Parts: sequence; structure tokens; C-alpha cells
Amino acid sequence: MTEERKITSTSFYQFLAEKKLMASRCKKCQALYLPPHPICIKCHGSDMEWVEMKGNGKLAAFTAISVGPTCTIAEGYNRNNPYLVGIVKMDEGPKICARIHGIDPKNPEKIKVGTPVKVEFMEHKEDARNYLVFQTA
Amino acid sequence: MSRKARKLARGVAIVGAGMSKFGAFPDKNSRDLFVEAFIEMTKSVDKGIDIKDIEALYVGNFSSDLFEGQGHVGPIMADWVGLVPRPVTRVEGACASGGISIRDGFIGIVSGLYDIVLVSGVEKMTYLPTERVTDTLAAAADNIYEGCPGFTFPGLYAAMATAYMAKYGATLEDFMRVGIKNHKNGALNPKAQFNKSIKDLMNARIEKTKQKGEPLPAWKDEFDFLKDPQANPTVAWPMKLFDCSPITDGAACLLLVAEDLAKNFTDKPIYIIGSGHGSDHALHEREDMTTIQSARVAAKEAYEMAGVTPQDIQIAEVHDCFTIAELVATEDVGFFKPGGAIKATKEGLTAREGAKPINTSGGLKSKGHPVGASGVGQVLEIWHQMRGTAGPRQVPGKDIRLALSHNVGATGGTCVVHIYERR
Repeated sequence: MTEERKITSTSFYQFLAEKKLMASRCKKCQALYLPPHPICIKCHGSDMEWVEMKGNGKLAAFTAISVGPTCTIAEGYNRNNPYLVGIVKMDEGPKICARIHGIDPKNPEKIKVGTPVKVEFMEHKEDARNYLVFQTA
Repeated sequence: MSRKARKLARGVAIVGAGMSKFGAFPDKNSRDLFVEAFIEMTKSVDKGIDIKDIEALYVGNFSSDLFEGQGHVGPIMADWVGLVPRPVTRVEGACASGGISIRDGFIGIVSGLYDIVLVSGVEKMTYLPTERVTDTLAAAADNIYEGCPGFTFPGLYAAMATAYMAKYGATLEDFMRVGIKNHKNGALNPKAQFNKSIKDLMNARIEKTKQKGEPLPAWKDEFDFLKDPQANPTVAWPMKLFDCSPITDGAACLLLVAEDLAKNFTDKPIYIIGSGHGSDHALHEREDMTTIQSARVAAKEAYEMAGVTPQDIQIAEVHDCFTIAELVATEDVGFFKPGGAIKATKEGLTAREGAKPINTSGGLKSKGHPVGASGVGQVLEIWHQMRGTAGPRQVPGKDIRLALSHNVGATGGTCVVHIYERR
């Protein structure tokens, strides 16, 4: 019963583990939020519902990171092995940060804003960092 | 959402200013840096200040907690400059902590609660290795939704840069120009972490290669140097090493007094005539990722309070934590139209000799970016430029009567703008 879950980041990541990308929608003004907001920041209503995203979007901004934080260094990334993160604009409207797969991070000058991407659900691991990934469509 | 413009209950003046040298100092912690800035401030007050007369302190500090394992830095700074038991407030707004400290001290005086206030900022960043500094700075972003997929702080500005490139056609050279300009200014600033132009750094590298007897690099100019991945490696594409401000230790402070007391301290006070402060969403939540709402809101508040326009401002110190940030900043405070900073920078309008000199101190890029201190450090440059004491980097041919500072926290979650007048 997805509707009963509280609109929190914990719920968002639980849904992600269940291979669902969930946004919140204000029942009063229909504004859509991804990541989910518990209070509508447009009309300040707090009667929100969960909405599942279809998972399709476009790359609105991106970067290939060569100097990472300790968590991505632990994943094996470094100056010679950069990784790609981006901000994806969903077809439904809202934008969200995600790891981007399917594009070579070593040739960032070839990457175009506007590239179509599709959500890719990672195999969820209890003892690991789990994050949102998009793959080129 | 709009707010009516307010008239100040009374005015505020800066009558003293000091900063430590900015750089990497293994033998100095935050309190040592703070004391260095404080002593310079006391010496800068033309008619002297009795330290006992300072009624309250505000200390901007992003994260001594993580950088040096020291929380609650307010009373420590107060104690080390002999101001206990005065009230001290530590303020945190990431890289805008210093700007908020000025704003809070300003409010303290305007309200009538205090007449004489010390506002300041301090950050000791270089004890940690680079990856831990990266972690700590990323804590200023939204760690649940930006940090989790692997965004770093330079990464978020890099993403902003790609959006700006897509919208306005900016190139990597357009970003490089900002760094070249700011390093050229910083070369004239003895307090700067890198007081060398990029040409100086390039020539030093060539000289070193010569001495080693290795084949000489084929750099014709700074642009060639900056395009060489060996000399200028990528941090978060399109932001390269020379697009990013360095990791810095430093402190700065200002003595603020009620306007009617200013002449007791100096015949050349600098008045704060406008103050603005705003907030913004995380980058992904913004309709347009090439502008920072908090900066536009803060600038509007400050201009309205001061009764001046962007055209009236003669010089500005803006928050160039990354080269892209300076382009966006000069548009957000209304100097140039959206996308217009590219051409303005290319044509030299923002150079020290240009029509609208930006970051004559060298900016955060070259002067250094001790995050909590940067917003106060910016005002040191304005203080010197307005009083004609900026030495070799004094802006030529301008009698500076109106100046602006723009200080951003993180990717714009916070922004503080102040406007200064010399009468």
C-alpha cells in the first residue's frame, strides 16, 4: 500500500529499492515534486499523494567527476576513472540528481544537454549506498 | 512572494577592517588566524579602538567541527581576542557564513541593541586531505538528494556550467578568462594565496622543465597552458583545476559602529547602505539552473534599501568560488543581462581597468576561499579600494563612492549582498 507511506526521503529510497521512482503530488494544486516534498512549496498545502514516474527524461545538466568524495573513491573512481552525474528533467516535469550510465565519462565534451535517459534500478544491497541511476535511452 | 522595502532605523559604518594572510598554514589553527585578522583590524582604526568598547561579536564559520574537530567556535574566538564575556554568535550559511555575520552585526546596530560590533569569519581547511575536504564541502549541499548519487561541490557548479553552456553558448575559454583575470588581480595582492598570474605560473612551470632538461611544453599563451590536461587537470568537467578556488586557511573581521559614532573612529568611514539576504532551492529544483534566485532576491533588497541601481555600482567583489560562478553572479546582481557576462568578460569590462571592475582582490579564485571567512574578506578589498589604500591594485581613474559585495553559500542556498558608500 504505497499510499500509506509517509512522504519522506526514507520512503523515497524504500520505493527505489522496490524499483519504483516515486514523486509526491499536491492534491490541492497538482504540483509535482521529485524528490518528494511533504508540503507543497507552491500553495503550501500539505495533503500530498505518491505518484509513480514513468522513468523517462532528458539530461538537463551533467558533470564528469575526477576528484570525488571518499564514497566514490571507495567505489573505485579517480582522476583516471571519472564518473558521470547529472540532473535529469523527467517527462512529467520535475528534475532530480542521479548517476548517469551508458555515456563515456572520459569524453564529456561529446555529451549533450537534452540527451534522452531512462531510469535504471540498481540491484539493492542492504549494506551498501543505494542511489538513483539513469541510463541513456 | 514580495516584501515591502524597509527604511533603516539608523545607519551603520565600517570603521576598521583586518584579515589574515590567506593560504595553507600547517602551523596556524582557526584561532591563530582569527587573532591575526583582529590585530590588523585594531591597527586599521584611524583614531583607535578600545577593545573593551566592542559590545558583541558575530563569527561566520562553516565547519570547524569537521575541518578541525572544533565545534562552538564563537566563545573561543571571543576569548582569544579578549572579548569574553561579550555575547558571541557563530553563524553558518556555508560559504556565505561571513556575509551573514556582517548582516547580523548590521541588524544588531540598526535595531539599536548595540553601537559597536565585531563581525568576522574564519575557516581552517587544510588539516584534512583533499578527499575529506571534498566530503566536508559536499555537506553544504543536499546530502540526501545531491550527495548520495555522487555530486560534489565543484560537480554542482560544473552542472550549472553545462546548463549555462547549453543556454548561452559559453565555451571553456569563456570560463578560463575569468580565472586569468582574477589571477592577474591576485598577483597584486600580498594577502592572496596565489599572488601569481596564470602567465607567471606557466612561465615558472616552463622554467622548471628547462632546469630538469625535459622537452619544453608548446604553450603559446595562458589559454594553451589551461587547455593542457597535465597543467590544468579536470576536477569536475567542465571545471578544471584553474576554474576552482583553492582550499584555504584564513580569517577576516570588520568593526561596525552606529553611523553617528563613525567619526569618533575615523574621518573616512565606509557606510553600509544596503543589505540583502535570500535563499534558494537545491539546484535540481530550480526552473532555471543558470541563475541563483537567492542572489537576485538579496540584490533587489540591497538596491532598494540603498536607493541605487546596478549601473551606479563602481566596483564589486562577487562570489567566484568557480569561474562559472562569477559569470552567473554578475548577471544575478544586474550588471549584465542573462548570458551577457560572457561578452562583458571577453571585452574586458570586468578587468581592473574596465568599466565594471569585478574581483580586484583576485577573488576567491586567486586570493583563496576560506569558506566562512570569504564573505568578510571580500569587504576588505572594498574598504581598501574606497579609501584609496589598495596599493598597486588600486582601480585606476575612479573615485569609488559606491561598491557591492555578493557572497553565496553552497550553490545559492544562501546569498548575501551588501552595498557600500563613501561620502
